[in-house]
Amino acid sequence: MKVIVNGEALVIASTNLADLLQELDYEGEWLATAVNAELIHREERGTLKLKPDDRIEILSPRQGG
Amino acid sequence: MALTLYGTTVRSRLLLGTARYPSPLDLSAAVRQSGTEIVTVSLRRETAGSRTGGTFFELIRELGVHVLPNTAGCHTVSEAVLTAKMARDLFRTNWIKLELIGHQDTLQPDVFQLVEAARLLSDDGFEVFPYTTDDLVVGERLLRAGCQVLMPWCAPIGSAMGPQNILALRSMRAEFPEVPLIVDAGMGRPSHATTVMELGYDAVLLNTAVSGAGDTATMARAFALAIEAGKLGHDAGLLEPRDMAVPSTPLIGKGVFA
Repeated sequence: MKVIVNGEALVIASTNLADLLQELDYEGEWLATAVNAELIHREERGTLKLKPDDRIEILSPRQGG
Repeated sequence: MALTLYGTTVRSRLLLGTARYPSPLDLSAAVRQSGTEIVTVSLRRETAGSRTGGTFFELIRELGVHVLPNTAGCHTVSEAVLTAKMARDLFRTNWIKLELIGHQDTLQPDVFQLVEAARLLSDDGFEVFPYTTDDLVVGERLLRAGCQVLMPWCAPIGSAMGPQNILALRSMRAEFPEVPLIVDAGMGRPSHATTVMELGYDAVLLNTAVSGAGDTATMARAFALAIEAGKLGHDAGLLEPRDMAVPSTPLIGKGVFA
């Protein structure tokens, strides 16, 4: 199915967010996720069913002022 | 001399940004030299297959400082609130430096949206550090929205101009005597930090003045000393300026030679 990940249209095989992170090779514990502008906690990623055209944001810590 | 922010007590009155340093080593050295106990960080999109965020944050964790995540770059309430929630999920802190930019060139905060976002976040358990202007009414609204700290600018972010409106900063201090006030943004020189601390401000948050210096670690130390000097000077009781000279040496007992 087609989804938008960090602004980029991608065709994915995963059906939940945890699998998507693995499929796209996102590693490590320092990730924050949102789907369609809703925060998805780490522990909710495995049960979050993805739908076509979902907008997924995957953020991590960066330098900031 | 300690400062308490939302129940957390720190000794250093310098909050330091982590952006735009020449290298991670320079950032670490600046944090250590400054003695800061609070650093600001942001959240940005992670690239698939990289560990950019994790690598950066391991560095911050090694420094053993408190983390104050920001909502830098947000222009709407919904954007800022979601960013704050993602930051809390990631950094496991209720602290959020709330930035809502209202003007592209000056990076002036949109104070109307700022108050609304501060209310929503405070109601949700966040401990909000609002980046605001030196407007007293906005300050009052932010406090009513649940903020227990105010962070007025003294000049536009990254401008290095230093305090542009001393009267407004002085008024803010007088209006909110019990509220921790942190000057956030616009400083360029250590003397700028001394000036606001002499006005009775509680702390200073800065980034570019250190990260853009020729020797970042030394500048970090210079700001730390300047902040301490300003705080000591304020607490010691500053002499008010006068229009006319006042001799420091007593005239009584002066020899008469004519």
